[in-house]
This record gives sequence, structure tokens and C-alpha cells, in this order.
Amino acid sequence: MTTRRDVIRTFGLSALGLTFGGLPGLGLAAPAAGDKRFVFVFLRGGMDGLAAVPAHGDPQFAAKRGALAGHPPGAEKGALKLDGMFALNPLLPGMHRMYEAKELLVVHAIATPYRERSHFDAQDLLENGTARAQGRDSGWLNHALGSRKGIEAIALGTTVPLVARGPHAVNAWSPSVLPAPSADTLDRLTRMYQGDPLLESALKRAREANAQVAGDTMGAQGAGQAVALARAAGTFLAKADGPRIATIDFGGWDSHTTQTGEYAALTRNFRQLDAALAALKSALGPAWAHTVVAIVTEFGRTVAPNGSGGTDHGTASAAFLAGGAVNGGRVIADWPGLADSALHERRDLMPTTDMRALFKGVLIGHLGMAESDVETKLFPDSRAVKPLERLLRS
Amino acid sequence: MKLETLIAVNRFGLGGSINTGGTNGDVADASRDARGWLMSQLKPQKLHPGLAALPASSSGLKEFRRFVAKVGIGRAGGNDAMKAGAEGGSAAKGVEGLFREHFGPILGKEYGARLASAVESTSPFHERLVWFWSNHFTVSTTKPTVAGVVGAFEREAIRPHVTGKFVDMLLAAALHPTMILYLDNNMSIAPGTARPATGLAARANLPRPTGLNENLAREILELHTLGVDGGYTQSDVTTFARALTGWTVGGLLDTGTRFDAKHHESGAKTLLGKTYADAGEKQAESILRDLAAHPSTANFIATKLARHFIADIPPPAAVERLAKTYRESDGDLARVYAALIDSPEAWHLPLAKVKQPNELVVSTLRTVGARARTLPYESAIKALGTMGQSAFSAPSPKGWPDAADAWLGPDGLWKRIEWANAMAQRYGNGIDIVALAESTYGAALGDITRQTLARAESREQALALWLASPEFQRR
Repeated sequence: MTTRRDVIRTFGLSALGLTFGGLPGLGLAAPAAGDKRFVFVFLRGGMDGLAAVPAHGDPQFAAKRGALAGHPPGAEKGALKLDGMFALNPLLPGMHRMYEAKELLVVHAIATPYRERSHFDAQDLLENGTARAQGRDSGWLNHALGSRKGIEAIALGTTVPLVARGPHAVNAWSPSVLPAPSADTLDRLTRMYQGDPLLESALKRAREANAQVAGDTMGAQGAGQAVALARAAGTFLAKADGPRIATIDFGGWDSHTTQTGEYAALTRNFRQLDAALAALKSALGPAWAHTVVAIVTEFGRTVAPNGSGGTDHGTASAAFLAGGAVNGGRVIADWPGLADSALHERRDLMPTTDMRALFKGVLIGHLGMAESDVETKLFPDSRAVKPLERLLRS
Repeated sequence: MKLETLIAVNRFGLGGSINTGGTNGDVADASRDARGWLMSQLKPQKLHPGLAALPASSSGLKEFRRFVAKVGIGRAGGNDAMKAGAEGGSAAKGVEGLFREHFGPILGKEYGARLASAVESTSPFHERLVWFWSNHFTVSTTKPTVAGVVGAFEREAIRPHVTGKFVDMLLAAALHPTMILYLDNNMSIAPGTARPATGLAARANLPRPTGLNENLAREILELHTLGVDGGYTQSDVTTFARALTGWTVGGLLDTGTRFDAKHHESGAKTLLGKTYADAGEKQAESILRDLAAHPSTANFIATKLARHFIADIPPPAAVERLAKTYRESDGDLARVYAALIDSPEAWHLPLAKVKQPNELVVSTLRTVGARARTLPYESAIKALGTMGQSAFSAPSPKGWPDAADAWLGPDGLWKRIEWANAMAQRYGNGIDIVALAESTYGAALGDITRQTLARAESREQALALWLASPEFQRR
């Protein structure tokens, strides 16, 4: 059994700043009405989609990936079969079980409209919802809160990621190492912050979040930070009067060097992702049936290994939807192939699905948002990008 | 207090101390001549003794090897091999736990000395500039191989050049062993030049590069010089990466930067429209010199400085003034700072900048420092961890964000209030809080804050309220 004390101990260690191998800084957001839950997991750094979801059925795959190809399904340490073309990285067995239970949907060769290779512009564009980096200083998930009244969001982590920032107040929470101030001091601060909307709103939200978890035992169970925050997200979302949308930032996917093997950061990240999803499902309990988790990254990586056993910045990657509400057990991919002529700039997986189509499909189909809002307010000027259909269990 | 004193001490400096008899006489000094006090800091400063006592990179580079030997991991890994934390945390103390055990005390000393240097500084504007540039040239312990040399990087590549020419800082930072390791240039070689390892390297079984790795080249262009919209292409990135091949770290990645001609891609290279002759190690240096002199670099650096010292959305006129000074002075940073000090936009209320957590912690300790026999650096380090800003641990090479909305979410504010409360419990008794607030922030103090402080039920509570106040959270 894990207690709040364990959480504190875990985070006390990371409080030393020793984020070994790029421990994720997590961020979430969200309160909502109704039963539907949505969790946005952002794998920052550029997840290698061909490592997560290898295309062993593509005749070019083994040659193009070289030492990074891994083993096909059926072989020793082989990838976990999804269909005739695709498989899951063997470090993701929990996600594979979800796939078999039709609770995991894979989308491959997916990218935002961004075609350069800066992490930071790519992340900005994915989060702000426009087709431009620095297109606006607010995020589409925040604008969703204006479109779907009564839903609230929470960011798991100390900072609220851009995707959840904007005109609508969003909460945030992470474990503490210091004692909370007295209620009287907090009341006085609340009064002092009148006239300072930034601080006033932030304190109101923080007090709400801390009231919700008072006395709770949100366990890290010795796992990494992503797992702890996923569990916290599930605990918040499971509450009858809690938020309905959460965001989790999970960084450290920028695998420029040695990305395979026991000590590779990517190995660790895949394990953490698998464990985080399991922790989220467990903490959600029955609410898992009403949940969609979107797991995305800002871009994929070069198809070929670079000169150091890793991969450099690329374009298309893979994305996942998980949850009891997902019409899973399928891979959606308009597969472009891996021949040189089929690659983007002859080096990256060619995008064939717009990331916004995935988000739109979830926002409309799962959270019940009006298509007109989604294509103008959340993702401006995106009418031409049709929502992916049949993402959800009917 | 005069407005310009307040601005000099808090916006340019690291917060005032009322301890005019001690080492921190900022308010007194700045109140005599605010601009003169800032200008007087635009020269090299003596290193804080706590920092001077810490190891140089030549010694710190050995630390990772020591860790590997101690842990006894079979693959005596090179750059990324130890980037593990392998078990995703399921084991009670896997590689990640051992890593913390080994590097925790080392980094604890670095963090403590770095905080002390800022808290006790009598040239806080200069110290703030060190932090600014350290963030511009971010290196981070997220890459375990550099955990022993992040502090040395700041001492060796940043501090000596803070008031010098930008080009010198760029050369020192880009080719410092910490940066080479952090951005993988030791793992980038001219394609076709891979050789089997021999000698020590073979016995250590270091991962061997087989070709290019673009990481350092891209981040120099995007984050250190031109900026993402500075006018370069993917082809420029790749070409620059080719020019940078050969720049590596010697020994078992533990003996400092060296140029390995065997792995350098020879030949002329064309970058940003200019052709660079085959010149071995001098080729990358020539490119770096041109990047430092590029007008996009002038604009990028001017924008970042104006954002840091004036407002999250910096006024274009101020940016252009700084950029012009940069261009006309060949990137003479002291002259750029002088232009900043001369910028009227920097000297107005409101307090437009929200303090980042590290600024908040330093200014808090400067404020209460007069009363403390020993400052609680250990608590400060932990609090900074919960606020999401431990030194040298930025999540990416972009460094920490420099804008309010990145830091002041609900949880970010909550952690600040907890910190204010904890420091108040410790130091509140005996401080005249109203006088403290008036003497350091008087010209900006709002009526609501004044009343709130005056009516607090105790001195401890008054100090907590002051440290958490809208004014003290800003500069």
C-alpha cells in the first residue's frame, strides 16, 4: 500500500533536481461535467514512431532501420503483433494487452502540419492548435473548455503546458514537500490577490485541487514520475465532482544516441509509458470505461539510424488512443511506405494523417463538441482537415 | 524609496537586503546612483569562494567514469549508456537510485555554492547575467554523463565572458566538453571514418559513432545564435554538423575537448551561402565566428535580453536599440547591457516580470539573510525542485522559459506560497515586515498589500504574506 508519505519521499528525491535520464516533468489540466474523461499525454522530445510501432510488414523496414529494426513478431524478443504490417515495441506489453482488449487504437504516419525540425516550434504548434508556431499564446484544450461548458481541466505538474493555457482557468497539482500554510494565511492571501487576476485565479484553483486530494493516498509505488502523475491524474478524474480533462507532460524522448538496449533512455521511457497507462487505468477504476487517453509527440525521427545508434529529428510518428471508450484493436494508417522516394525529404516517415484529425475526432465524438467550434476556435482554419471517424466505441 | 532604486535592485539585481552593514548593501548603493551602480558591475567579478572551491571540468569529467566503475555496470558505457534509470522505477534502487546516491552530494555542493554566490553577491546584476547566459547555453543533468561538469561549465564557459564579446562565450560554450557531451557531438563523426576501438576505449566498450549526429549543430543555430526563424535550412544544419565532426571529448570521455582530425569531414563547406575552405578544426571556428556576427543573432539576443529585463513581450524599439548596439559593437556584451540600462522602457512600473522560482528563492534569502546565521540552502534547493527549477536540470536545451504564464499556474503559485510560509516560520520573528517591504519595494507597494501586512496576526504571518505578495513575486 502506498501512502502520501511515499509520494513525498519519491518527489523529495527528484527535488534534488536529479532527473536522471530526463525524468518527465508532468503537466495536466481539467474539470468537467458528465461521465466522459479525456487525458492528453504529451511525449516531448520527439518519440521514434518506428521504434514504438515498427512496420515489420514493410519490405523496406529491416534494411532501412538497420540496427534499430528489432525483431519481428514471433522471433525471440520479437515485437508484439498488431496486424499484418505493424507491431508494438516489446517493451509495451501492457499496451498490447489493451490492444487485444480493443482498448488501444494506433495511428501511424501521423504529424501536425509542421514540416521543420525544431522541437520547440513543433511542440508549440501542436499545442496552440493553429498551423503555425507561435500562432497564438493559448492552447486548443483550453479553448475546448469554452466550447464545452461545465468541463474542468487539471494539469498534473507544477507548470501548465501551453495546450491547456488560455482564457479559461485550469488547475494544476503536484506533490509537495513543505507543509501547507494555515487556512487563515490563505484567506488573507486570497483577499490580497484581489485585483491581480493572475494570482487570484491561480490561488483559487490551487486551493480547490488541494482540497480534493486532502487525505488521499496517491501512490507512486516506487515508479517513475510519469507513473506517479498518471496515477494522480486517474485519482482526480475518478472523482464524481472532479475534473474531466487532464494533461500529463512526459519528456525525454529525444533519442539522438544509442536508443536501444537495457540502458537506453528510450527503453526506460517505453517501460514508464506502459506502466503509466496501467497506473492511470487502475486509478480511474470504473471511470476507465468512459475515458479516452491521447498519447502524442511533436514529431517522429529519421527512418535511418544516425551515426550514433540513435535517430535525429524527423517528421511523422505514431500516436495512440487508449481507454475503455476507444474503438480499439486497430491500426489506422494510410501507410506511405519506406522506399527512399516515399520518404519526406528522403529521410523521414511521410505524414499521411493530420494530427488535428485525430484530436477533432475525439473532441467531437467523445467530448461532444460542436464541429463548428472545433474547426474554428480550437483548430482555426482547419475545415479541410476532416475528423477521423469511428474512433470511439458506439 | 525612489522608483529607480527599486528597479535597479529588483529588476536588474536579485532583490535587496536591508542589511546595509553586511555584505549586501544594494539598496544603499543603488539609491545613490542606480544606473551608475549597475554600470559598475559590467566588468569581471571575483568568483565566490564557495564556487572557487569546486572542481574544474578536467576533474569533474572523471566523475561519471567513477560512477560507472562503482556501480559496475558491465557495459562501461559512454555517452548515453548510463542514461538508464532502466527499470522504470520498479526496483527500489536501480541505476537511477545509485546515480542519485553518487551525484546527489556532488550536485548538492554545486547548487549550494551557486545559490550562495547569488544570495551574497555585491554585484547582483552581473550575477543575474551569469544566470541569463547559463540558461541561454543550457546544459542539463538530464544527460547523466554531464552531471559532474554542469557547474564547471558555467564557471569556465559562461562567467569569464559575461561582460566580454559574445563570440568568445559562444566559442567557449559550444566547444566546452560539457556541451559536446550534452548535445552528442562526441557521437558525430565523418561518415566512413569509423574505426574499431583500440586500447582503453576498446576495453571500456564505449558506444562507437558511425556517422553524423545533428544535435549540436541544430541547437547552436536554433538556440544559441540565429534563432529558429533566423534563416537557416535543414541543409545548413547538416553541413554545420559535418564541419563540427572531429570535435569530441578525449580519453574515455573524461579528458576534455579535443579535435580528432581522423574523424573530421574534410573539404570545403557552404553554409548560409558562404563557402568555408577546408581548414580542419578552424572550419567550425570560422563558422561560429560568422554566426556570432550574423544580424539574426544580434536580433535573437537582443530579444531575449529585452524579454528578461523589460517584459515578456519585449518592446520592439528596445529590441532594435539593443540589436543595433550589438551589430555596431561586434557583439560587445558590456555595451549591449549599457544600452539596456539606458533604455527608458526598463525603468517604469508596473513590475512587468514575474520572478522565476530561482529568482524568487534568491531574493527571499537576500531579504531574510540579514537575520540568518546560516542560510537554509538545503531547504532552498528542495523547494526549487518542487517549484520545477532545480539548477542545471532544464528539461531541454531550450532552457527555462522566461515568461509569467509558464511559471504561475495554480501549482506553481502553491509551491511559492509554501516556500514563503516555510521561510516566514523560520525568520519572521523579529523582522519589522512593513519597514522591510517599504525599504525594498516602497515605490511599487499597493494599498491592499500595505493593509494586509499591517493587519497580519503575527510577524511570521506578515512575512509569509509579504513573500507571497503580488509585488514580491514580481520585479
